[in-house]
Amino acid sequence: MKKIYIVIACIVGAVMLIQACSKLHPGAPTDDELLDGPVTGLSYEQNRQFLAGDVAFNDEIFTAQTGLGSIFVASSCGSCHAGDGKGHPFTTLTRFGQVDSTGNNFLHLGGPQLQNKALPGFTPEQIPAGATFSKFTPPANTGLGFLEFVTDASILAMADPTDANGDGISGVPNWNYPPNFVTIPSNSISLNGKYIHRFGKKAAAFNLLHQTVNAYNQDMGITSSFFLKDVYSGLDIDPEVSNQTVQNVVFYLQTLKTPVQRNPEDAEVIQGKNIFIQAGCESCHKQTLQTGFSPIAALSNKSFHPYTDMLLHDMGSALDDGYTEGSAKTFEWRTPPLWGLGLSPNSQGGQYFLLHDGRARTIEDAIQLHGGEASQSKNKFNQLSNADRKALLKFLKSL
Amino acid sequence: MTRTFVITTIILFSCIRLQAQIDPALLRRIPKDTVKQTMNMDAVYNRPFVSVGKLPVSLGGYMEANWQHLGTDGVSEGHQFQFRRMTLFVSSTIGKRLKFLSEIEFEEGGKEIAIEFAALDIELHPLLNLRGGVILNPIGAFNQNHDGPKWEFTDRPISATQMLPATWSNAGFGLYGKHYSKDWMFGYEAYLSGSFDNSIIDNSENKTFLPAAKKNPERFEEINSGLPLFTGKVAVRNNKIGELGLSYMGGVYNKFQDDGLQIDDKRRVNVFAIDFNSTLPRLNTFITGEWAWIKVNVPSTFTQQYGNKQQGGFVDIVQPLVKKRILGWDKATVNLACRIEYVDWNVGKFTSTGTNIGENIWSIMPAISFRPTAQTVLRLNYRHQQQKDILGNPPAKTGGFIFGISTYF
Repeated sequence: MKKIYIVIACIVGAVMLIQACSKLHPGAPTDDELLDGPVTGLSYEQNRQFLAGDVAFNDEIFTAQTGLGSIFVASSCGSCHAGDGKGHPFTTLTRFGQVDSTGNNFLHLGGPQLQNKALPGFTPEQIPAGATFSKFTPPANTGLGFLEFVTDASILAMADPTDANGDGISGVPNWNYPPNFVTIPSNSISLNGKYIHRFGKKAAAFNLLHQTVNAYNQDMGITSSFFLKDVYSGLDIDPEVSNQTVQNVVFYLQTLKTPVQRNPEDAEVIQGKNIFIQAGCESCHKQTLQTGFSPIAALSNKSFHPYTDMLLHDMGSALDDGYTEGSAKTFEWRTPPLWGLGLSPNSQGGQYFLLHDGRARTIEDAIQLHGGEASQSKNKFNQLSNADRKALLKFLKSL
Repeated sequence: MTRTFVITTIILFSCIRLQAQIDPALLRRIPKDTVKQTMNMDAVYNRPFVSVGKLPVSLGGYMEANWQHLGTDGVSEGHQFQFRRMTLFVSSTIGKRLKFLSEIEFEEGGKEIAIEFAALDIELHPLLNLRGGVILNPIGAFNQNHDGPKWEFTDRPISATQMLPATWSNAGFGLYGKHYSKDWMFGYEAYLSGSFDNSIIDNSENKTFLPAAKKNPERFEEINSGLPLFTGKVAVRNNKIGELGLSYMGGVYNKFQDDGLQIDDKRRVNVFAIDFNSTLPRLNTFITGEWAWIKVNVPSTFTQQYGNKQQGGFVDIVQPLVKKRILGWDKATVNLACRIEYVDWNVGKFTSTGTNIGENIWSIMPAISFRPTAQTVLRLNYRHQQQKDILGNPPAKTGGFIFGISTYF
């Protein structure tokens, strides 16, 4: 009799365990704590491609056998964009050799990007004598698809190259020649054969395919059929990543969700947002943009809140490294989106590394380093009361 | 080679079956209390075997299967049933002071088949034995003492599988010996064997990962560097106190020359480990653990993704609660146990910021186990672990239940 009780107790225990086990797992972070994850509204097929891109982006580690290097910056996409957030100085990359819009004078010496790491037995690149350079900390990937499908007309509507309205803010697009492998959308606007580029610190990448192909090649030393030149030998070699994988990564980047603001109804956050607008920050860090048509329905004709205008602005001498890309001047930088700013420490090892090269260790430091067109806003920030300043920072950290 | 071994083993097992039909009395089980501790270096022979009549070979083995339901940060793969491994042992006393033992493992339903151990032991003196063949490098304790039925946990320790390579075996030769004096035992082992390769700092794990070298089947034929790996261990045991082992494994891991031409500097991997086990008097609490330190010469021009220092280990505490006749099994045991473990795959600081490099994990795993006999265990584990990425960002939290069975046969 006693034996049967033990057996029954074991069976009941097993059934309860199977039923209850998932309740005892660690809980999921809330949606506003994460930068990764897909945009809502994807089809089953699109979800599959998103997952394939996720694996290629975050899990595929390149080795010597699979094509890494021989000189490189990082061994995987995910190395630079932990949790799809901003990167860390550990994987900050260096570009060199271009001082104006006439092009890079050091392409024959390894430009534009320094591959500062090498496989054992190989020697990494050095910056050539006489070349100016700038360091670029990896940006967050979040919401990139929305930025890609903002129309050229919308971007041009925000530009004011001659400061016609007299607010001290100009803003110009980076006009450049796209690479042959990209398809120019029918609604793109051309200027003397050049097109608006929009991704990267200097807005030098035309679209996410351009950005992805460059990253595979320049960051990891991985050739694709889109770009066959090996960074080490300078010769065309066989593709080391398939077109499908590249396209999956592009789709993954396009369909990453936008960051969710935390505590948007908090009174101090609302106060901070008003101060942000009154101080003129919103002149460049545009709160709301609109996508045009996108073949991905979830991205088509949507309003979103990136806090950028995707234009180049004069940021003053303190941020002039003497290096540039495309038609940008050395002192011009693309307005970085502020969405996800408050979650930066979650991908930067618990710290802030802000501005293009991570030199600003706090949001206040980043504001203080604003110059040029942003000087007025910085001065207004410095005149704020402690309470207003605190509210503004709370708003920025809520993004 | 592997196929021949499998066929031979199947034939031998078939013989057992045929003879058993004739006269089961011919089967002679050589029992072992595999829970009772001898020295760790004895683990390969401290297993139950079956011998058949006057056949010179003894056979044995063990299997492990489990169900698990784990989740990480709210995402779960759901219910999983896994057949982790089945291992077959064949041993033979060839002649006076000549023994052969082999261990072949089928993992994940046969996806991986490997000879983990196949060595001839020649006893010249109790303090001087020659061993040659495929040997288990005696680094730490778990590598040699890894049989599933001996442990109260379905998962092998993280430090022994994800930092040190579990069941790390190579073709090699060496010496071992033991000396007994009353309650004291002293043992030593020293081997030269096949070695690691470049994959330990260039692999799909994106971190310095010694187990990556296990994927290279060529290591049984060719040493990547052309230089042997040395593994040595000394251990001392007192029957009333416990056992303490100190071990070292090191050698050049990389291919530094090819066809007579120098293609890289020689780069070494060095591993130091300490292991211990003890049974507390009166409470009968069994405590075992090991800790290892790894140093790898990683070129400074390579990425810091691959660390040059690692450390980690585990402690298991097993408390017998009940030992009596249960459900008709004499001396059945119910144990309460807990494993605490930690691994840091990249000890050091970023050159770019001077801040600590992350890439670490800790885990705690309470367990309850039931042993109807010493050779068979049913175990329920709950794992909670937190793993940080290289930047030290907020950890990925994993938790869930694992129920497993494991038995010698």
